[in-house]
Amino acid sequence: MKRTILASLGLVLGMTTFALAESVTIYSGRGEALIAPLIRQFEAESGITAEVRYGGTSELATLLLEEGANSPADVFWAQDAGALGALSEAFAELPAEVNGAVLEAFRSDANKWVATSGRNRVLIYSTERVEEDDLPQGIADLTDEKYKGRVAWAPTNGGFQAFVTAFRVAHGDEATKEWLEGMIANDAKVYRNNGTQIDAIANGEVDFGLVNNYYLGRYTARDAEFPVGQTPFASGDIGNLILVAGAGIVEASDNKENAQKFIDFLLSPAAQQFITLQGYEYPVRSGIIPHDTLESLETVNEISPQVDLNQIGDLEGTLALLREVGLL
Amino acid sequence: MRCFVRSACYNGLVTGLSSHARAGHKSRPSPLLVLPALVVALGTCLPALYLLLRAFDAEPAQLGEIVFRQRNLLLLLNTLKLVAVVLVIGTLIALPAAWLVTRTDIRFKKILSFLMALPLAMPGYVMAYALLGISGYYGFVRQWFGIALPPLHGLWGAGLALSLYTFPYLFLNLRAAFLGMDPALEESAQSLGRGRSEIFRRIILPLLWPALVASWLIVGLYVVGDFGAIALMRYEVFSYAIFTQYSGAFDRTYAAWLCLMLLVLTVAVLCLQRVVTRNMRFASTGTGIPRPARPIALGRWAVLAWAFLVMVVLCSLGLPLLVLIHWMRLGLPEMDLAQLGRTAIGTLLAAGPAALLTTTLALPVVLLTLRHPGPLSSLVDRLAYLGYATPPLAFALAMVFFSLQAAPVLYQSYALLLFAYMMSFLVLAFGPIRLALLQIGTRQEEAARGLGSTPAQAFVRVVLPRRCAGRLPQAACSFSSWSSRNCRSPIWWLRRDMEPWQ
Repeated sequence: MKRTILASLGLVLGMTTFALAESVTIYSGRGEALIAPLIRQFEAESGITAEVRYGGTSELATLLLEEGANSPADVFWAQDAGALGALSEAFAELPAEVNGAVLEAFRSDANKWVATSGRNRVLIYSTERVEEDDLPQGIADLTDEKYKGRVAWAPTNGGFQAFVTAFRVAHGDEATKEWLEGMIANDAKVYRNNGTQIDAIANGEVDFGLVNNYYLGRYTARDAEFPVGQTPFASGDIGNLILVAGAGIVEASDNKENAQKFIDFLLSPAAQQFITLQGYEYPVRSGIIPHDTLESLETVNEISPQVDLNQIGDLEGTLALLREVGLL
Repeated sequence: MRCFVRSACYNGLVTGLSSHARAGHKSRPSPLLVLPALVVALGTCLPALYLLLRAFDAEPAQLGEIVFRQRNLLLLLNTLKLVAVVLVIGTLIALPAAWLVTRTDIRFKKILSFLMALPLAMPGYVMAYALLGISGYYGFVRQWFGIALPPLHGLWGAGLALSLYTFPYLFLNLRAAFLGMDPALEESAQSLGRGRSEIFRRIILPLLWPALVASWLIVGLYVVGDFGAIALMRYEVFSYAIFTQYSGAFDRTYAAWLCLMLLVLTVAVLCLQRVVTRNMRFASTGTGIPRPARPIALGRWAVLAWAFLVMVVLCSLGLPLLVLIHWMRLGLPEMDLAQLGRTAIGTLLAAGPAALLTTTLALPVVLLTLRHPGPLSSLVDRLAYLGYATPPLAFALAMVFFSLQAAPVLYQSYALLLFAYMMSFLVLAFGPIRLALLQIGTRQEEAARGLGSTPAQAFVRVVLPRRCAGRLPQAACSFSSWSSRNCRSPIWWLRRDMEPWQ
């Protein structure tokens, strides 16, 4: 038995990982299914080996906070701007031209991270149980008696939290709290994320949901009959907010050069085109063919509320508010 | 007369376990037993230490607010309700099933036992997916028969999913207890004119008690810590709230407090278990070897028994398989088989050594608690349960924290992953090992020592062979349960992605 123990110990110690010379370690909050081909492309082009750790954006953000200066990560690619904002201390400053190359609507002023794709908040609804006339004009309508028990939301979701922060910036904390409490009183149903809200509408559990724009396309692409539709609210409503996914270079990285190469790759036309077509999102640079099932970026820009991305970094305040009303 | 005695063993009145308690005065436990125990104590303490560290990050003013939030009470109530539902449903399935395959003339006992243990190989959330997969838009009931059912969720959804997944723990422990029981006592009672139900109540049930309590404990702790099934069923319990704090709120302080509350709950349960099973002994004190019980002829009841067993197998195995096949058909065109193979190999590589090492580590610890009862052994025993109850995410963060502080080389290494697994799953190996050792008793070991063997020799020659026999299925189950729990454990988060489309 002793021999077995020794043998297994040897195995264990032998398998400790060692960093390779030409490599880059990426913490990705974006899913493997979408990202893996992009990573392979990067490896083939650059000759750099990419070590990718996939996980939830916020789990990885928690991990990065825990690791601090000892983090093995070089790049953090996050699903939402809230996490990027929360981590801005942990990021190294990017060269000025990185954000300069990005469309104005998606630019980060502090230059700690760069947007890699854009998306917007939308309303999804059941095409079976909701008439055109019943669609709400604004996010505020959803607290109406008419929608009691029919609306889904995901208070723990990063996109939703970014929307609440924007709500606070645009209308103030009091109005935001009032709306949140109105939704709770109206029996809004809590779901974990965007996908589960879409499922819930198809299943007949609820009739409306508040999500990011790029999820539904993946359902309808394989099932034209899928009984869920999506629409923006009336022009200028806070419910039409534009958001981003983005990446930053971890300050603790001892490999910032390769990290920069990866970020440059993400902003390259080829990668942007891939994210646009495969991910149903908006490119952050010009000259990319848009996805034909999406509203044009011009329209989205026009109907979105006038809230600057750089102003919605106060995740802390939003979380406090969500906690106060009992959603977290 | 040979007999099983369930009695108090104050001051070593009876032989058996207590004889070794006395022997403890004379012979100190060997370092071979103490060293593993210390490793376990240290390893399982780390998360609790980490949590305390994080918990007191909070401002004093904030503390009161956090600890006395009304929401905590709601979470506690929900958690207790869920545990109760799972234990009741699980026992209602496992107890009759274990009795049928050990005490009756039902056929195909081996296959039945195997099938009853098999659901363990499926992660809890797969069971939840399976239940959800019956209903809803993509559910097979609608896709095949055109009927849309509202999906299960909340307490009953989570309770059903978890009990269909965890009842095999109960079943295996109860089956082992039934098999290890000496029928002589029942027969004596029968010969004294006692009826079946009275025998069950007064003899069988008390003898099943340790197995029941041990498996309730494991299942209860599992339920308390489970996140996968609970998240899918959207039922707000502690683990759900903890995950929400880490994932949705970046709030390590409140999460740490919730974790600590969960651990306090665990400690309370452990104390309760100690009270319930204290001063009981379950080994035969007489000489001779128990012979198998005479099977009870089911007769016409066999139909009912089969209906029950088939129903259980259909729900716990048939349903998930059906749903998995149904969804594989929906998703097959996009499946990356090479990736699937790599994932499978990765799981095997991590789970295999982990299962082996954990069992190896569990043995000396259990031996220490049984043969050398004392403050150290009972502390280690409790700590191992604490390790199991610590939410995986907190466990993982503690490992991150301490490895980076103490040994950065180990960070994100396979060795650290194995260590974390061992510390969190150690108790899964405790139950079967303890039961086996309890039933073997100490007399044969003592005899061997009387004939000149050292304690270690006596153990290897007498106890080990008996312990190994018949325990292999359980080891296999532990293994599969390990490998399946990998997927939901955030310790694994660095490798896997729970949401394919983020």
